[in-house]
Amino acid sequence: MLRFILTRVSLVIPTFLGITFLTFILIRLVPGDPIEVRVGERGIAPERLAQFRHELGLDLPLWRQFLDYVWNVMTGDFGVSLITHNSVLSEFVTLFPATLELALAAMLFATLLGLPAGILAAVKRGSLFDHGVMGISLTGYSMPIFWWGLLLILFFSVGLGWTPVSGRLDLLYYIEPTTGFMLIDTLLVGEYGAFWSALHHLILPTIVLGTVPLAVVARMTRSAMLEVLGEDYIRTAHAKGLSDSRVIGLHALRNALIPVVTVIGLQVGTLLGGAILTETIFSWPGIGKWLIESIGRRDYPALQGGVLLIATSVIAVNLLVDVLYGVLNPRIRHAR
Amino acid sequence: MSADLSSPSAAPVAAPSRPPHPLLEFWYHFKQNKGSLIGLVVILAIAVIAIFAELLAPYDPNIQFRDAILAPPVWYDGGTWRFILGTDDIGRDMMSRLMHGARLSMMIGLIVVTLSLAIGLALGLLAGFFGGMVDVLIMRFMDILLALPSLLLAVVVAAILGPGLVNAMLAVSVVVIPHYARLTRAAVLAEVNRDYVIASRVAGAGPLRLMLIVVLPNCVAPLIVQATLGFSTAILDAAALGFLGLGAQPPTPEWGTMLASSLQFLQRAPWVVTWPGVSILVTVLAFNLLGDGLRDALDPKLKR
Repeated sequence: MLRFILTRVSLVIPTFLGITFLTFILIRLVPGDPIEVRVGERGIAPERLAQFRHELGLDLPLWRQFLDYVWNVMTGDFGVSLITHNSVLSEFVTLFPATLELALAAMLFATLLGLPAGILAAVKRGSLFDHGVMGISLTGYSMPIFWWGLLLILFFSVGLGWTPVSGRLDLLYYIEPTTGFMLIDTLLVGEYGAFWSALHHLILPTIVLGTVPLAVVARMTRSAMLEVLGEDYIRTAHAKGLSDSRVIGLHALRNALIPVVTVIGLQVGTLLGGAILTETIFSWPGIGKWLIESIGRRDYPALQGGVLLIATSVIAVNLLVDVLYGVLNPRIRHAR
Repeated sequence: MSADLSSPSAAPVAAPSRPPHPLLEFWYHFKQNKGSLIGLVVILAIAVIAIFAELLAPYDPNIQFRDAILAPPVWYDGGTWRFILGTDDIGRDMMSRLMHGARLSMMIGLIVVTLSLAIGLALGLLAGFFGGMVDVLIMRFMDILLALPSLLLAVVVAAILGPGLVNAMLAVSVVVIPHYARLTRAAVLAEVNRDYVIASRVAGAGPLRLMLIVVLPNCVAPLIVQATLGFSTAILDAAALGFLGLGAQPPTPEWGTMLASSLQFLQRAPWVVTWPGVSILVTVLAFNLLGDGLRDALDPKLKR
């Protein structure tokens, strides 16, 4: 078991180093000198420039700079934002819970709707329901989510006034962040009004961010179920006289879930990518909005650190899914 | 599956047992899927609009009608046949802009797919064919690209190259290269030890001939499917970049850019936001439908 986990972890290290190298190089591809970006358009004395270069380690050879960068990253130093002068890591840590809360809500939404829809579609294969689910999920999969968000705002927020247009909490409330999850924090301090407000703010962004994963989960569940339902042991279970619900719910679903869980794990990247658009539309104070704003302000250290941190989280989640998989399924653990 | 296949267009001269032409067989399977037929028709229609945008569009996409700012579409109160789908905030005809936008989107899809397919194909062939260190290096690099959420990577590349349509296309191309590389490599690995490949190798075929003439034609089916789906990804991602202000810049009538620049008129004039979105959705959906149909027709193993 331990060996399996260690192998998986060691496989991830080159990817992580590669990402570090990629972010290191990308920032150097930005047109213009990093010093000039920092000090602005006005010229400065050559001595000052040399001093700046030295302070930032830019006079060292590139390989040394890279090693320093890796060392800094390893020790938790992801650079300093040019605009706020805060450490990139601390900004990331402050904003990440907002993105995580939204992403988890979206994943929950996608799974709770997508799983039953996919199962029913597979069981009622070829029916009107099946065609409906497949049609809707292909549409969801093709949806430009930035436009979808606007439509929902136009209909539910502007038209019906059911949900707020943007933000995470009504301005009436101020909640001191403890966990960073608004839904939990509001309950911790016993502000039920704020909890409802947070929940209302969460609904539309959740639907928007969850639309593509919902489509993927429904399609994947359906095809995994169809494959399993054709197996011999399902026929045996039926022949034994077990009820349909037992055969489908127990025998088929458990085996069909394996590829579905993988797909759900793989959606993490989609969710974090989609968060860029969703957070921009709804002014959701998370990582995605922060990255886009950093680009707008030409805050490249923030962009560099943020990208590296997001990539690290994606790698970590995929690793976790991989390991969990091995824990749950001995066949995979002993494959190598 | 032979009797009804060789019916009308197969030449009667041929012996009855002769198998149908591969294309004919493909078409037979393809047309079973009504959805992908619809997708194909829609794509052809959009392609015609894109090619003949100059002739079909009622006006120049950038001409401003100062007397008709935010004019509603014809079926609204106060709508006129002069501007069938209405006008935007500076009086430009929506329909003309959408038609020229179709041209941009089809061009984005075509260029992105060609570029990423060419690079991904080459990398995948090299990795699958030579194996060893080449394989490890190439595929590790692809893994690194895949570890970044695709839209995030595209946003970063576009931010670094600077906003603009060409840079957005480059950014989106980079993002999808790993998919083609992986598919090609997997297909090559499945083929490379087959008897026919070994036979040509023994017959003295060089690596280039083996790669391009012997192996590659047997790997194209999954690539065709992926390329079709690649159109939809390209159009969607390029529109997203446009929406974020990192893609095509105004006044270019790119659909995502059009959406972004008319956001503040969402309430007053919903049509300026509705139509670009509908255009993106319909185009992307059509390519996805077509891709699904192609997959079923080209790959019988995956057939439902």
